[in-house]
This record gives sequence, structure tokens and C-alpha cells, in this order.
Amino acid sequence: MKRHLLSAADLTRDDAELVLETAAELRSLADRPIKKLPALRGRTVVNLFFEDSTRTRISFEAAAKRLSADVINFAAKGSSVSKGESLKDTALTLEAMGADAVVIRHGASGAPHRLANSGWVRSSVVNAGDGTHEHPTQALLDAFTLWRHLGEERKGGLEGRRVAIVGDILHSRVARSNALLLKTLGVDVTLVGPPTLLPVGVESWGVETSYDLDAVIPKVDAVMMLRVQRERMQGGFFPTPREYSRRYGLDGRRMATLQDHTIVMHPGPMVRGMEITADVADSDRSVIVEQVTNGVAVRMAVLYLLLGGSESESTE
Amino acid sequence: MTTPYLLKNVRILGGEPTDILIKDGVIAEIGVGLSAEGAEVVEAEGLIALPGLVDLHTHLREPGREDAETVETGTRAAAMGGFTAVHAMANTNPVADTAGVVEQVWRLGREAGYCDVYPVGAVTVGLKGEQLAELGAMADSAARVRVFSDDGHCVSDPLLMRRALEYVKAFDGVVAQHAQDPRLTEGAQMNESELSGRLGLAGWPAVAEEAIIARDCLLTAHVGSRLHVCHVSTAGSVEIVRDAKRKGWNVTAEACPHHLILTDELAATYDPIYKVNPPLRSAADVEALRAGLADGTIDIVATDHAPHPHEDKDCEWAAAAFGMLGLETALSIVQHTMVDAGLLDWAGVAERMSSAPARIGRVADHGQPIAVGNPANIALYDPAATRTIEASASASLSRNTPYAGMELPGRIEATFLRGRPTVLDGKLWEGTA
Repeated sequence: MKRHLLSAADLTRDDAELVLETAAELRSLADRPIKKLPALRGRTVVNLFFEDSTRTRISFEAAAKRLSADVINFAAKGSSVSKGESLKDTALTLEAMGADAVVIRHGASGAPHRLANSGWVRSSVVNAGDGTHEHPTQALLDAFTLWRHLGEERKGGLEGRRVAIVGDILHSRVARSNALLLKTLGVDVTLVGPPTLLPVGVESWGVETSYDLDAVIPKVDAVMMLRVQRERMQGGFFPTPREYSRRYGLDGRRMATLQDHTIVMHPGPMVRGMEITADVADSDRSVIVEQVTNGVAVRMAVLYLLLGGSESESTE
Repeated sequence: MTTPYLLKNVRILGGEPTDILIKDGVIAEIGVGLSAEGAEVVEAEGLIALPGLVDLHTHLREPGREDAETVETGTRAAAMGGFTAVHAMANTNPVADTAGVVEQVWRLGREAGYCDVYPVGAVTVGLKGEQLAELGAMADSAARVRVFSDDGHCVSDPLLMRRALEYVKAFDGVVAQHAQDPRLTEGAQMNESELSGRLGLAGWPAVAEEAIIARDCLLTAHVGSRLHVCHVSTAGSVEIVRDAKRKGWNVTAEACPHHLILTDELAATYDPIYKVNPPLRSAADVEALRAGLADGTIDIVATDHAPHPHEDKDCEWAAAAFGMLGLETALSIVQHTMVDAGLLDWAGVAERMSSAPARIGRVADHGQPIAVGNPANIALYDPAATRTIEASASASLSRNTPYAGMELPGRIEATFLRGRPTVLDGKLWEGTA
């Protein structure tokens, strides 16, 4: 694996499968009374969050602590855009404190790339979500969840499985990372949303696209619903939230058209009643809570492989 | 009484070697084997003489952002790039929207002495796009403003644009439009393309430029005025301007050096040194701009020299300022992309970088042919030299050049402003000020 995890595109199929296998081993820890390994003892992981994201931050924190790393949470509210300390100065501060890995969440697309490639820090950088760009560990935990349900017992793993990702693709870092990673793993991905929320040039992503949710979902093995952010509701991307729900929401009626084995996913936080109804979110098909559990295991695997796995960081 | 200079064996516009005698601010004699008596001799073998370059689009940042550039440092950079006149954009602080501010900038240019500074007046008060600034007062001031622009902002209100175009007819002015539909570019960070979608950077679509240019061409034709289109960046824009010219409308257009050589692929580095407005476009757009510049659809090259302090570029992309340096590298890029590519000869370069911008800006003393009796505004250029661009070597106060580390052809060896050197032997001539 590379020294940083900035984009799902950084992962080869071998890399991704190594993360998933490692996560599977680490996940078994969750069932033990003592959930801790000494793998990263003495290493320091900094969670650098320029955006509020309690769930992702807690997930990384739990992951690092279960590997016995020291964890520093740095909530830099507001970014240099809003006159706070600059990303560079924050980075230099963390470097001076001896961070071995920086997990960064930032509102600006590419901020983790800048952190990793500008010579500000020597530590490994893990992208925990940057702007409307990527969220690679979310894609890994989604792939892990898919694999547990649809690939583990099957020759070829996830090869040839079909996944629909539904909603605001344009602004979704989850969709970008998932499209890249699932493609790497041989999954057939269909992005579904209103034309206003599909990015320009999406036809070159190597995935299918559709404006018609009803036509797509009976054929897929998993449906991944994306959150519709409040600010998009007023952005003129669709006429009203109600029309959005009607055309692109997953409700009981649509759920009834799914195949028996098809699972329903959501990266959270959900807007119940908007993109997903409560009966779907709480149904047997829903693996949304399991995604959270898997998130810790996958992030443990990523930190372990970046920091402890190879012992080769001095030779890069 | 200034020292006379004899430029020996120089090739005017790349022609046969000859000598040029400069005396009392004008070109006194041109011919082979002129007497050097009483004159400083400049051995100019292999050098090309061009009329001093004229930039219609420079940001000198003074007043207000003297941490990025001052009139003095910006004009030093201009001289190093072979320029003898620059038009200083109005987006200063305070904005150059009154006679007082334009006269201040004009006077600072005179005092620095490296390059004539022609202030551009704002079209609207505070660049806010609401109310016309006192265009007539600026035109009548000592700065004699003829070019008006809200550059950085588009005069997007069609009625206000119409009025501005009409009003400047009274003093033969021109409205230089920064063509960018604001609604279509809210939060825009880079060229809208397949790449912007992948990088998660908000797109700046070509149509946001083209729609405004089309509208402005129609308005210009309707009111019979003069429109200049700043930094044309897309193939579609070139086509619209070409069509307007074919119809005989009074429209001129500029292209920036960076849009002739760099493409939007560079945004994939997330390094905001490549962040500029309008953004770097596709390779097909670059080709169309070169072709448009070659066939005269695009009248001039203008630098959009936009200095920014280090901290405004040493950050994440979205937080960074738009703009890049351009004065010291413009001619080299034009040589590389146009002359060496066989698209333009040196006479064409003189037209696009000196005569035409001087005509558009109504600057009488610049852009004249190198001929006896004309003001001695001359750039001596060595097209055979190659240089590796170093940000730290810039005469600008800022360092935000996107060309650092690139090898470019050509070097300015000397620049003369009304017979006095501002650059000699490739260095700023400290006797200037």
C-alpha cells in the first residue's frame, strides 16, 4: 500500500482485498471481552477535523485506540477560508507534536492531498472526507459490508455483483470513492439520481448511470442510499423535497421490488422520510447499523497497514 | 540630455541585421554601419528588436495590497518582460473608480519610471455592478483613462453593460469585460469537465463565459460602441468573437499566456498555483486560442499578471486566491506556443503584443513601428536563449508563477522606454529611477 490513503483510486485490487481481509481478522476482536491489540503502541494518530463529523471521528478514534495508539483529537472548527489558523500552520503544529498519522476531514476538496504532498508533514495522511471529493475509508467499509453479505461465500468475491448508489452523486464524496473502489473490486455500479445531481463527465467514470430508480433497483444486489443535504434542498437541484422523495426515495413500495437477497445501505446520517423511509431503514434488509461496526474494523485495518503493517515508512 | 544608444546588428522584427541609433527619446537613425560616436553601444547580434510591449491587463495591486505588488515592483517585472506600457486593473483598494485613484496610480507609475502605467477605470462604483462610476471624470483626469473594466467581476447586468458601452462613446473609451456569468459560476473552482467532477471541485463551465460574450457582442453592435473581451479562454468564445468580427462589429479580444500553454489537467495536483480565473481549460481550448491568435480573431496577448502573497497560494485549493504572474514570461510563452510552432512571425508578435493593445487602449506613444522619428520604446529579445524559470528570480514582489522549473525559450536582453534603458544586459538598469 502507498504511504497515504487519499483516494480510493490509490488502492489496487490487491491493496483493497488486503484491507478487507485484515478488517475481517480485526473484526473478530469486537466479539471478544477485551477489544484491544498492542499493534500500534507508542504511535500517535491525530484526528484533524475541520468539519463536524462525530461519527467518523469516533470511528477513527475507536479504531486507533483498539490498536493501542495514542490519539489526539484536533477539532479545528472553521478552516483557513474563514480566517482561522491555516491548514499549513495546523499541519506544522501536528508535525512538531510527532504525529505518525493524520486523519483529516476537511471541507475543501483536495485538502488531504495538500497535506500529504506539500512537505508540511512527514506522517501518513488518511483522508476522512474532503469536500465533495472522496471518503475512501467509507468506501472500504461499504465494500467490506458488501463482501460480508454478498462476496464472502462466493467464488470471485464481489466480482459481477450489482450495486446502485442513489441520490446526490454530484456533491457526494461517498459516491466518488465507492464508484472507484467498487469498480476496482469488479462490482457493476449504477449511479442513480436526477440529472441535476449527476456530475458532468460521469459517463467516463466507467459506471452505469440512470435517472430511473424503479428501473434499476429490481436488478441490483445492494442499494446504497445517499443523504440529501439540507443546503441542497434549497439549491434548485430539484423542485421540492417531496418530489425528490417520490422519485428517488426508498420506501416500502420500492423495497418490495427488490430481490430477496438485496441489502439496503446508507452511510449515515440518514434523513428519514427524505431519501429513505423509517420502515426501510429499520427493515431486515437494512445493514446500516452493521456498516458502523464494520467502519471501526476497516479503519483499524487501514491504520494498521499504513503504520504498523510494513515497517517500511523510513524507506519511502 | 540622455545618453544616446547604438543598437548594433539588431534584427528588427526578425529581419536582416541593422543598427538603430536612439537619441533624445526617439529613434534617430536606422541603417547598417551607423557611427557609434558619442553613443553607448549595445552589441545586439542575434537579438530581435520589437516595439516595447504593451499589456492591456495587469494587476499592480497598489493601492491596498502592497504586500502582493506595488506599482514599482510590478513595473520592474514589466520592464524585465520587455513591456514599456501596462494597463493597471481597477480592482485595488480603494477601487480605481474615481479620478483621484486613477491619478494616484498613474503618478506612481511616472515616479517609478520603469514603464508607463495607464490606469484602467472601474465601470461601476466599487466594482459592485450597481451604478456607473464617474467614467467621464476618469477619462478627463491626468491619467486620461480610456479602458474601463470591472475585471475580477463581470458587468453581468445587461442594462448596466448597455449603458456603459453607450456612455464611453463620448470619449472613445472601451469597456473591457470579464465575461463570467455569476450565477453559472457560483463557487466555481476550475474548468467544468470530467476532471472537475472527479476532483470534486465546483465547475466553471465554458458557457458561463460564452453566453456573456455573445450578449455583449450583440449589445455592442446594437449601440455602436467598442467592446474588448478580457482573457478569452474557450474554443466557443473564439468562435463567437470570430463571428462578431465577420459581421463587422467593433469587438476585440485578448488571450493570456497561461491559457495558451497550460491545461486544466494541472488541477489534479490540487496545487493552487494553477488556480486562475477564468480557469485553465482543455487542450482543445488551448488549440483554438492559438489558432484564434494566429488568424487575428484574438487581437492581443494580455498577461493578467496577478500577484498574490505566498500564504494565499500555500493552502488548500478552495481557500487560495485566483491568479498567476505573467509579465516576465509572456513573450517566452508566445515564442514557444506561437512563433516556434510556426503560427506567428515576429511582426505578428509585435502586432499582438504591442501595436494592437496600444490601439485598443488608445495609447498614442506606444505600439509604434520601429522607424525613424518614433518614440524609442523598444524591447531587445534573444530568441535563441533558453532559461529555466525560477520563482525566486522574479522582479515581482510575489512568487506565484506556474512555470517554476519549466524551461522556456527566449530572454529579454534590454528594454528601452523613450530612449532610456529600463533593462540592460538582461538586468534591471538601476539608473532608471
